[in-house]
Amino acid sequence: MSTAGTGTDAGTGAEAAAPGAGAPEAGAGPDAGPRAGPAGPPGLPGPAITTSGLTKRFRGGQLAVDDLGLAVPRGSIYGFLGPNGSGKTTTIRMLLGLVYPTRGRVSLLGEPVPGAAARVLPRVGSLVEGPAFYPYLSGRANLARMDAADRTADPRTAAARIDAALDRVGLLSAAKKRYRAYSLGMKQRLAIATGLLRPRELIILDEPTNGLDPQGTREVRGLIREIATDGVTVLVSSHLLAEVEQICTHVGVMRTGRLVFQGTLDELRGQGSRRVVIRTTQPGEAAATLTALGLADIRSADGEVSAQLADQSPERICRELVLAGVGVAGLDTPRPNLEDLFVGLTGEGFDVDG
Amino acid sequence: MSTAEATAVPPATPGGPAGQLARAPGAVPGWLRLFRSELRLVFRRLRNLALLAVLAALPVLLGIALRLAAPRGDGGGDAGSSFISQLAGNGVFLAFIAITLMIALVLPLAVAVVSGDSVAGEAGLGTLRYLLTVPAGRARLLAAKYAAIVVFGLSACCVVVAASLATGAALFPIGPVTLLSGNTVPLGQGLLRVLFVTLYVAAAMAALGAIGLAVSTFTEHPIGAIAAVLVLAVVSEIADNIPQFGAVHPYLPSHWWLFFDSLLRTPIATSDLLHGLLSFGVYVVIFCSIAWARFTSTDVTA
Repeated sequence: MSTAGTGTDAGTGAEAAAPGAGAPEAGAGPDAGPRAGPAGPPGLPGPAITTSGLTKRFRGGQLAVDDLGLAVPRGSIYGFLGPNGSGKTTTIRMLLGLVYPTRGRVSLLGEPVPGAAARVLPRVGSLVEGPAFYPYLSGRANLARMDAADRTADPRTAAARIDAALDRVGLLSAAKKRYRAYSLGMKQRLAIATGLLRPRELIILDEPTNGLDPQGTREVRGLIREIATDGVTVLVSSHLLAEVEQICTHVGVMRTGRLVFQGTLDELRGQGSRRVVIRTTQPGEAAATLTALGLADIRSADGEVSAQLADQSPERICRELVLAGVGVAGLDTPRPNLEDLFVGLTGEGFDVDG
Repeated sequence: MSTAEATAVPPATPGGPAGQLARAPGAVPGWLRLFRSELRLVFRRLRNLALLAVLAALPVLLGIALRLAAPRGDGGGDAGSSFISQLAGNGVFLAFIAITLMIALVLPLAVAVVSGDSVAGEAGLGTLRYLLTVPAGRARLLAAKYAAIVVFGLSACCVVVAASLATGAALFPIGPVTLLSGNTVPLGQGLLRVLFVTLYVAAAMAALGAIGLAVSTFTEHPIGAIAAVLVLAVVSEIADNIPQFGAVHPYLPSHWWLFFDSLLRTPIATSDLLHGLLSFGVYVVIFCSIAWARFTSTDVTA
């Protein structure tokens, strides 16, 4: 009896410990205490968003999101990347309580979603899958409608808050215009304005620059930077790498419903190996020298030879080349191309023009 | 106009956490604010206003047609509607005639448009996902939507009755009302009965609105929802006229619609009216529950 008892106790103890040990990796839950995310600013408890084991299988049987473990540190600008159809929007819809997960947990600002959605969502601003408003209402009336739906918003300050939000996205002069008459860029900015109707701790923007011209894209990017300067956490999804590369501190990369990379941009760059590129008129001799140095993946092109740098120093390679009598017209060790890294991670290219 | 108070308040806002705004004293209750916003959406929409205009125009046309027909149809050989023969004596009866004719199709159409569009329209536009992330709250949004549907249905009935009374007063004599049962009541009591008829028909439309709300939660295509509600109403009316289906007649949503004529008799057949109201109430409860169950459990992917 007693032996059997200790046996089961040990067994359950080990079982209970296992998920506890696994938790920090999967992103600590709301009870994780003062241990902030690695890049989170001090004083702010816990990450802004964590999900663990988040899975969505639609009724058709399609597995849109598979065992996702997001960890978005407070104060970060988190680029949520992936090709179209990789599950980004479904994930964002689950974060916001629009789509119910098949399995797994979502914690937004320390509160469970959808359980505490009514309590936590007022602190979250969002743009989901493109702007959507009443075409027959003006920009201002559209924002008034959204504000009226928020039971925690103070109606007495509504007019001032709506105008402030319009002003912030540069739409104040078009406030009386009907939404129907807005350009795509204005529509996109109005959608961002709904997220700015009141002070937020987290802003979630799903493809905020989708379909915008370069000028509009730059404006939106500037707006995101500005929002983030107030210490607001921003999650911005995109299928365009160039957009996030310039503004993000962290990235998560999705591929067919799974998270294939999560970390800072530098960590991502560190994933790729650096190459050395030599411009020369004697590619044959240069390649031979590089082979002798033990460099891998040597490629010769027109007047250019490149190889993986590995742990060699560029100085040594240059000296060896010169000693071997190879005329070096130029030597470069370019930073790894993020685009290439992404293609490697996602298995397919990001389409350039949406 | 409210700039003075509006500019005075914001300095206090950034200081306090957002949650404190919820308990701001003297604030309009959140539910009322959303309901008001719903009403604005329904009553400022050009399409809905056009519907109300049609509802107002039809009794006028009807009144003119009957006025033109009245002298000729002296012999009383006309399809024998007792309503119409009463009209010659009193303009108030135009309200009953108009309601009787319009409850068959036009009033259900108006309610079908607004109720079928309620959730499906927001889903179709994509505004539903924005409202829900505000967050409006699914049950709360549904309640505000249904309240607006009921108000629109009541307004539609009021528009028909008001236009009828105005036209009736302009084209026919107004005075003590002779009821269908033959007795005559003073004008004041006649108008009171008109009011009760309006409320009864509004209750019938509220039941149809609940069906529309439920249908609306199942689709992202408002036209589909509107058509479905209308087809349902028409099928119910047809089935109600097929004697072989007699057993199910009392359970059809449209069966009790015309029983408002009990109010035009003395004594009033209250048991019929109560049956009707009970039927409407049951439909409201069942279909609001369906709408709630569906809307609070479904993924919003629109």
